[in-house]
Amino acid sequence: MTAGVDGVVGVVLVSHSAEVAASVAALARGLAGGGRLGPVEPAGGAPDGGLGTSAERIAEAAARADGGAGVAVLVDLGSAVLTVRALLAEGDVLPPGTRLVDAPLLEGAVAAVVTASTGADLDTVEAAAAEAWDYRKG
Amino acid sequence: MAGQTTERDAAFVAAWLTASADAVRAEADRLTELDSAIGDADHGNNMRRGFTAVVASLENEPQTAPGGVLLLAGRTLVSTVGGASGPLFGTLLRRAGKALGEAERVTDAELKEALGTGVDAVAQLGGAALGDKTMLDALLPAVDALPDYAAAARAAEAGSQATIPLRAHKGRASYLGERSVGHEDPGAASAALLLGALFQVSR
Repeated sequence: MTAGVDGVVGVVLVSHSAEVAASVAALARGLAGGGRLGPVEPAGGAPDGGLGTSAERIAEAAARADGGAGVAVLVDLGSAVLTVRALLAEGDVLPPGTRLVDAPLLEGAVAAVVTASTGADLDTVEAAAAEAWDYRKG
Repeated sequence: MAGQTTERDAAFVAAWLTASADAVRAEADRLTELDSAIGDADHGNNMRRGFTAVVASLENEPQTAPGGVLLLAGRTLVSTVGGASGPLFGTLLRRAGKALGEAERVTDAELKEALGTGVDAVAQLGGAALGDKTMLDALLPAVDALPDYAAAARAAEAGSQATIPLRAHKGRASYLGERSVGHEDPGAASAALLLGALFQVSR
């Protein structure tokens, strides 16, 4: 039994700031438009609520996002990257099929949520998020 | 006395981590001061919180094997620190613990090898190498000097001091470029505290 949407890839957004993670999640949901949305779970801030990374919040967010089709984790920088890597190395902390996706947090989150909401598989969601690196702005 | 054939048990490793926690608590302000020069001024608090949690977890879930102590300590650091030092020091201890397995007694030579495995995992996790102004600058020479615990503690301290003229290539400090030169790396300073504690309990 999983907590997310059955058969839909879940998206977890990890930021040093709880507000950034929650706001990026809200932005991605808003830009993903109408129709059925895949799960988007923020995991922001340190264990004490300040700036940093909480392994516990990441594990809880991944469990909430997991619908059995895998979980794409997008991160900001530094300890967020290292904590997710370390949790994946533990093997049993994050749901099976959880993957750290190499993508910019905000642009990648929008691409991942839009793609996951179409029912795409984890490889496709990951590729869509990573494509955000190619989006030039100047 | 340390040597290739001296055997260590779970109590020895737990004593090491408890001594590390004491050292981190005593030096927390200095660690934070180092981190305020080139980082985000949370290293001392993060390490103190993490190692206090390690001591508590070892009291709540006593382990019978050195490997078990290190695994529990590593997991605890990953889940409680909140900064990059959590997954990094956590990986060091967890991978060393995994390498030791369930043996209830391990030789100093086996402990050296296991810590070497842990240090390699830290390098892989963070993508850093010797000279990048990270904890590896203290850890790599220290593991080389083991199983001589006194030499390892000296090597870690020297390695940490040697980060002062280096320019940071990893983490937040790397954004400072040349301005990271002239400051001791906080992660290396913490690593030196851990090796100092190991020497202390080995005597």
